[in-house]
Amino acid sequence: MTEPFLSITGLSAVSDRENGAPILRDVSLRLERGEVRGLVGESGAGKSTIAKALLGILPRTVRVTGGAIRFEGQDLLTLKPKQLSDIMGSEISLIPQDPQTALNPGRRVESQLTDGLRMRRGLSRQAAHDKALKLLEEVHIRDPERVLKAYPHELSGGMRQRVLIAAAFALEPKLVVADEPTTALDVTVQKQILRLIRGMQKTHGTGMIFVTHDLGVVAQICDTVTLLYAGKVIEAGPTAQVLATPKHAYTKALLAAGPRYDRPTAGLEPVPQAIFDQLRAEMGIM
Amino acid sequence: MPLILLSALNRIALAAVTLFGVAVVVFVLLRVVPGDPIAMMISPGSTPEQIAQMRANYGLDGSILSQFWIWLKAILLGDFGTSISLRRNVLELLAERLPATLELAVAALVFAVLLGGAIAIIGTLVRRTFLEPVLDTVNGTILAVPDFVWALALISVFGVFFPVFPLSGRVDPSVQNDFFTYFYLIESLLTLRLSAIVDISSHMIMPVLALGLPLAAIIARVLKEALLEAMVQDYILLAKLKGKSNLRLIMQEALRNAIGPTVALTGVQFTFLIGGTVIVERIFAYPGIGNMAIDAVINRDLPLIQGLVLVFGALFILINLGVDLLVAAFNPRLRHA
Repeated sequence: MTEPFLSITGLSAVSDRENGAPILRDVSLRLERGEVRGLVGESGAGKSTIAKALLGILPRTVRVTGGAIRFEGQDLLTLKPKQLSDIMGSEISLIPQDPQTALNPGRRVESQLTDGLRMRRGLSRQAAHDKALKLLEEVHIRDPERVLKAYPHELSGGMRQRVLIAAAFALEPKLVVADEPTTALDVTVQKQILRLIRGMQKTHGTGMIFVTHDLGVVAQICDTVTLLYAGKVIEAGPTAQVLATPKHAYTKALLAAGPRYDRPTAGLEPVPQAIFDQLRAEMGIM
Repeated sequence: MPLILLSALNRIALAAVTLFGVAVVVFVLLRVVPGDPIAMMISPGSTPEQIAQMRANYGLDGSILSQFWIWLKAILLGDFGTSISLRRNVLELLAERLPATLELAVAALVFAVLLGGAIAIIGTLVRRTFLEPVLDTVNGTILAVPDFVWALALISVFGVFFPVFPLSGRVDPSVQNDFFTYFYLIESLLTLRLSAIVDISSHMIMPVLALGLPLAAIIARVLKEALLEAMVQDYILLAKLKGKSNLRLIMQEALRNAIGPTVALTGVQFTFLIGGTVIVERIFAYPGIGNMAIDAVINRDLPLIQGLVLVFGALFILINLGVDLLVAAFNPRLRHA
């Protein structure tokens, strides 16, 4: 079998802050080139921890206790900081969650969009400027010259997220980690941004890990999905298959819990307590 | 643009009102508190007639209101009166002494900003190492010692035990002869007079340290706090992913957002520093307006005190104006407001 593009095998991590409470329990997943995999789960399920581990930015309170993250044949967890930092931002990039705080309020868009290009690709000021213009056009920003000169506070939330998407794709990374990129946006903008991310991913042939808690978003954008609960993989597979014929009772309950356009009057069903009890029993936790 | 002009005019009008208020308070206070300038001047055995004559000569025999009116009219025409103790034109005295204090205060400010900024940046770099508490403790100590104690400590160390710096004055008489202005340091820097630069700087080092060290510690503390707050923002994370080193993250990303509150606070503290020149100039016998203010008060030299207080008031107002402009310059969100 050939080496996959990205594979996480048996990744386990504990929190040093909570007396070694496990955060990830033997998580495995894989991603092919150009594939979009959704990481879904409730708060604390470990989806963000996996994203951070991929980017090498785990908080110092989180300790990896086992497993490997292999990206194009290299184990990211055993790389030296210098090698890791060469990959991050260049081969692997991030679309952050909150466009309000992810752009530096004190710097113009141009300098934030171009300093990766200039530092990592050695582009001249002019070349970086031209590339930044192209990128902004690609994310459907209408007046790119003006936006380049603008400060973040002069842009709307949707515009800022477009800028951040442009920045994430600026260096032609092979893998983009999207950390709930639409959570902080209002619903009408969410759809556009999702479509944009999907479009960018397709044109660039980028692999993507898409972290979300929204199964509706998964249905729109992900080829495959991994469902997590309390740091453990509950169910994984092609999106259509998992959503149409969920195997695990938790997945079924989650799908039933979501609001539906076709049955707006139906009450929102919480996941039954019995299912949480079952999950805990499976994992051997109280 | 007209909005900016309007706000500038507004500030100037406000400054004029503030200065007028300062003038009223000082003028009235000086005449209400006990102490009589004439009593300082009369020779023993003067007759009441002679004293009354002298009082009339200095215009001190009228009511406070009429005295104030005369003084205000004269000031608006640029006449600050004659110093009672020094028998010289007050404006001339101020023009001689103010440059000395300005050079000292600005040098102390520059020193404080550089040292405080360096401590804050290093403190952020060594975060979570054993050096952080060490640096914090040193900084806290510097902060806890007031300027005049620094002055006395510096004198005993660098003036007495290891006499490397001159104890008093502004410039050695052997150097001072042909300055065109009273900005000795700036002038000798501009004309590249090396011996004068060395001599004036060595006179300034100790007072600058005494005035600047406490301010440096305040700047360090506030700036480090603001830097640490900025360093946990998402934009820092993204910049880190782009491969920026910690130093670059601080200098290129965090500093510009952390500097606003520090500038505002430094402005306020700078006015305190100018107040501190009074005692520090006294200790080092430095010929600035602060030192002159003490003599003026001791001698009940009303015209000189009034002139000095107006100058101090104007300085404070100018500093506050400058701070507002600087804060706006560092914060793009305020620039258009």
